[in-house]
Amino acid sequence: MSGILEIRDVEVTFEVGPLMRRRSILGVAGVSFDLHAGETFAIVGESGSGKTTLARAINGLQGISNGSIRFDEERIDTLGGRAMKPLRRRMSMMFQDPVGSLSPRMKVGNLIAEPFRIHGIVDKNPNVEVPRLLSLVGLTPEFADRYPHQLSGGQARRVGVARAIALNPALIIADEPTAGLDVSVQGEVLNLLNDLRERLGLAMIIITHNLHVVHHVADRMAVMYLGRFVEVGDTDEIFRAPRHPYTAALLSANPEPDPDKARDRIALPAEVPSLLARPAGCEFHSRCPWVAARCKSEAPEFVQSETRKVACHTPLEPGARPPAMEVTL
Amino acid sequence: MTVLAIKDLNVTFSTEGGQLHALKNVSFDVPERRIVGVVGESGCGKSTLINAILGLLADNGSIDAGSITFEGEDLTRLGPARMQELRGQRISTVFQDPMGALNPVLSVGRQMRNIQYRSGRSRSEKDARSEAMLRQVRIPDAQAALARYPHEFSGGMRQRVAIAMALMMKPALLIADEPTTALDATLEVATIELLRELQQDIACSVLFISHHLGVIAELCDDVVVMYAGEVVERGTTRQVFHTPRHPYARRLLECDPARQSGRTRHLPTIPGEIPDLRQRPPGCVFATRCDQRVDACDKVPPDVAVETGHVARCVLAEAR
Repeated sequence: MSGILEIRDVEVTFEVGPLMRRRSILGVAGVSFDLHAGETFAIVGESGSGKTTLARAINGLQGISNGSIRFDEERIDTLGGRAMKPLRRRMSMMFQDPVGSLSPRMKVGNLIAEPFRIHGIVDKNPNVEVPRLLSLVGLTPEFADRYPHQLSGGQARRVGVARAIALNPALIIADEPTAGLDVSVQGEVLNLLNDLRERLGLAMIIITHNLHVVHHVADRMAVMYLGRFVEVGDTDEIFRAPRHPYTAALLSANPEPDPDKARDRIALPAEVPSLLARPAGCEFHSRCPWVAARCKSEAPEFVQSETRKVACHTPLEPGARPPAMEVTL
Repeated sequence: MTVLAIKDLNVTFSTEGGQLHALKNVSFDVPERRIVGVVGESGCGKSTLINAILGLLADNGSIDAGSITFEGEDLTRLGPARMQELRGQRISTVFQDPMGALNPVLSVGRQMRNIQYRSGRSRSEKDARSEAMLRQVRIPDAQAALARYPHEFSGGMRQRVAIAMALMMKPALLIADEPTTALDATLEVATIELLRELQQDIACSVLFISHHLGVIAELCDDVVVMYAGEVVERGTTRQVFHTPRHPYARRLLECDPARQSGRTRHLPTIPGEIPDLRQRPPGCVFATRCDQRVDACDKVPPDVAVETGHVARCVLAEAR
């Protein structure tokens, strides 16, 4: 099956520091993956690990310094802003802050009709399209007359979803689509995205911190650390048996809503290395409980075994416990 | 001993569309050395509550009734000068975005020295205290860190620096507003463990606001559940998480994806919307969305003490 999106060895470089001592850092350091129609792919990892940068690179909001991005078999990373514009009809983005991404001076109806205007689509009547989109996201037509500040957090997200699906995209990239929402509203937004995915055959990339959400909505997931994928695979399988130590630590840290639950955590030293001073060898070795001599000098390959890809010299066996180590949090 | 006692607090905002009742008859206590969590959806009044405590309500907001007693003083009656003395000294805050709390053009050491302006310590004593505090939040090479600027720290470290600054003056109350939302799970857990440890060390109380039920369950001693500007249920974390008595609290806990045993594409939700706070329903504020609604819900529900310290604002809590 051919993918709708094909990402190969993508790197994003940022220039930092004062003029005379300018250095470049790799925000995204060689990421590859495929996405198929109708599939939901989650990217998890800490803030600063490059998730949002990767999403912006896919959408063409951020240039890449290496690698290639193909969308529907067409290479898009080399396209300029103007050539990219028609493609954005088919690839839409949902940003983190729902109210912040809506202009406070425009009514909801105009906000939803805006994509049609921007792309010069005249054969669609906004008086038909706006109510249709509102009902698709579960809002009544009266909402067209409201301003963003008159919406609740959940309603603002719905308007964001309506805008994202207005032009029938094939792909939605959602950056923290439920951050700041309580669990009930979060469920509504995720159910809505999932319904639309099923009905419209959308492919979706979801970027989030919330591992419980990932478990329920994503078919496949990738774990990102310092701008690289360290583990990619089927969500269920990764939750059952993580093979990269960082994934295992993330899953074990996931707080559970039960005050009496026994917690069996893999503790990690809290120091995340700087992108300016990437560790030699395996970049996770400075925090890895299973670290061995080899990890400090030799970078692991990103190895494919069956349905899983892992960047580790000695991937974990199911249920592996960390060796006793001095934890310096 | 109670550090903070909020009693029948009512806050309204004057808006174009009329008076908006942001907080209605809010009562709860933050006892000494306890961590009290506040949960509720966006717009339920959590931020208004914090601003009312800190004396930072917007100009169109006012406290119409009720009291906020902090260490024996009613904060609603204090002038701005006294409030300023308390803020940062006796009551301090940590917010979601540490970058917003730190001054980007001053070194961390300078900012930490500035916080101690009332302490009467000498400059070198202040710096020694800053260094010790940074060490306590596990910033490596604390002495060198004092000379660094906020942007030179990673996100997790920045939040720890903000926590160090907030606890610098050994406040009686720390208000933490979603302090771990921007961190990944490993750093989130490390940060709440650190908070717990510092809280015990300094012997302060914490008011901890979060959407994340898992974090609340893990960190907090007591929980306050807010809905549409009202405290609908409060009790110890065990009481509220194991035997929720208000239908909203129960539904909220059921909706947590972490509670779904099997993997599901369709997550549970609470149908309906939060009511317009300018036209509050005369009876129970949750009645329109409640699946256990009875006729008595048209009247103002009582605060029912179902157990010692466990209170639910629901007529059904009474019947059982």
